[in-house]
Amino acid sequence: MKDTEGYVTADGRQIGGQLMELKNITLKFGGVTAISDISFDIHEGEIRAIIGPNGAGKSSMLNIISGFYTPTEGELWYKGEKRPAMKPYEIARMGVARTFQNIALFEGMTVLDNVMTGRLTHMNAGIGAQALWWGKARDEEMENREKVERVIDFLEIQNIRKTPVGRLPYGLKKRVELARALAAEPSILLLDEPMAGMNVEEKEDMSRFILDVNDEFGTTICLIEHDMGVVMDLSDRVVVMDYGKKIGDGPPDEVRNNQDVIDAYLGVPH
Amino acid sequence: MLKDIFVTPFADMVAAPDFLLQVLWEGLVSGILYALIALGFVLIFRSSRIFNFAQGIMVVFAALTLVGLHSFGIPAWIAVVLTLGVMYVLAMSIERVVLRPLVGQPDIILFMATIGITLFLIGGGEIIFGGENKVMITEELGIPTGDSVLEPWGGLLILQHLDITVVVVAAALVAVLLAFLNYTQMGRAIRALGDDHQAALSVGISLQTVWVLVWFIAGIIALVTGIAWGARAGVSFALEVIAYKALPVLMLGGLESITGAIIGGLMIGLLEKLFEIYWGQPLLGGNTETWFAFVLALVVLLFRPQGLFGEKIIERV
Repeated sequence: MKDTEGYVTADGRQIGGQLMELKNITLKFGGVTAISDISFDIHEGEIRAIIGPNGAGKSSMLNIISGFYTPTEGELWYKGEKRPAMKPYEIARMGVARTFQNIALFEGMTVLDNVMTGRLTHMNAGIGAQALWWGKARDEEMENREKVERVIDFLEIQNIRKTPVGRLPYGLKKRVELARALAAEPSILLLDEPMAGMNVEEKEDMSRFILDVNDEFGTTICLIEHDMGVVMDLSDRVVVMDYGKKIGDGPPDEVRNNQDVIDAYLGVPH
Repeated sequence: MLKDIFVTPFADMVAAPDFLLQVLWEGLVSGILYALIALGFVLIFRSSRIFNFAQGIMVVFAALTLVGLHSFGIPAWIAVVLTLGVMYVLAMSIERVVLRPLVGQPDIILFMATIGITLFLIGGGEIIFGGENKVMITEELGIPTGDSVLEPWGGLLILQHLDITVVVVAAALVAVLLAFLNYTQMGRAIRALGDDHQAALSVGISLQTVWVLVWFIAGIIALVTGIAWGARAGVSFALEVIAYKALPVLMLGGLESITGAIIGGLMIGLLEKLFEIYWGQPLLGGNTETWFAFVLALVVLLFRPQGLFGEKIIERV
């Protein structure tokens, strides 16, 4: 396997080896080709961004990684093994956590309960033991609770722990969704437009949290974002997509000067 | 007339407190069974947005299976375990054959599907066990049948041992279910699934596992209510009606609310009994228990359309 060595970022951080590799991914919906023949990889500990204009196929790509879509062609390698077609919940249990573009939270439940569902992937005790609040189930619940409280502290949402999520403003909901994904202690954290629809202040907060998460827990993050400024500041490496094709891949500075990328964003006749 | 409505009943209550206690006790017994059945409805609704029309027939089916197995010479307690097994297989088959192909369909389609399950179970039950009335195997299960007579304030209070058992078992089951739903990860998964399927998948919840589980819980509830009600009224297809008594409970409590189901069930059990004895029999010729709960629910809905405990729906425009 090529390129399994790590690399050093512009600001001097050491990035680990390859964690996930997508090889020649193609996705078709009937006659429409949403993604055609795209390959790229994600290294351990890096912040990897996927950018591109509307309809470029970014969200589809994220949905392939998290298993909501199955690619028509191509292979996905994860931790050095080829990943077979699996259901989204099975992939979640392999350490892939995600947030959604249009917020998918459990509106009727409190913030605390929502974040606790993030720990479901770490549930081992049998249903019977859980029903009776028995030995292992009990220890597990305590341990999960402790980890969840840490995440809640970290994202500064202690004061709304017991509030039903349905009552929260948009920016906070996004943060709760991040907390839930983080509670799973994922190997890869997928963020689908974490800053969409936010005001400047909320965007700054969210950027800070993303950087802190990466820094503090060493979490590998793959994110999609529209806001070019934000992406360039946050990410270590960027994939640029346009009309389902990959038109650029590399560190932000390199991508910024790529003629195809400039064309895609400023618009030239295709 | 006004005196008959507003004064006499209360005067009677004060004059004979032991009788009032007797009435309340009987109300509590039916109330806790209503609460239990309503909980079965709420669980399935919360995890799949399905209003399970088949809950009533599941009560009949569970009771019939138990009595049927026993009539083949299987000891009572082993028959209970086997019946639980049958309810589990039923839950699995419903998930595999009915729910899984219908994922993502409109609610009304899923509701119609549960009517289909109802008809299937009625037909299947009659073919396998026959349509005639049967007697619940109360004694074989070791459920006490005598009664205790208490004398509060020199009066008279009769507690059937069967009723005491029902109250204790049902209350224990409700308590275990509540703890399970609120303080365990699987319980959280059940509550989460109904809110957002996509999000549930993304945190590793398997739709299939949760659905089988809630239908199995509904099956356990069906068996317990089947035994309790069957011991009083015999096992026949008419038992199905008890599940429909849970409908006003759900209207009162809201389809989403677990606490609502419990409080609503107890309230209806108590109020319908009180109304029957103190207002229904002297003023309306009795037999008000068949309709009282529905009228009560209607009145509540007039003032609180979301039920007593349901989430208020605020439409953003």
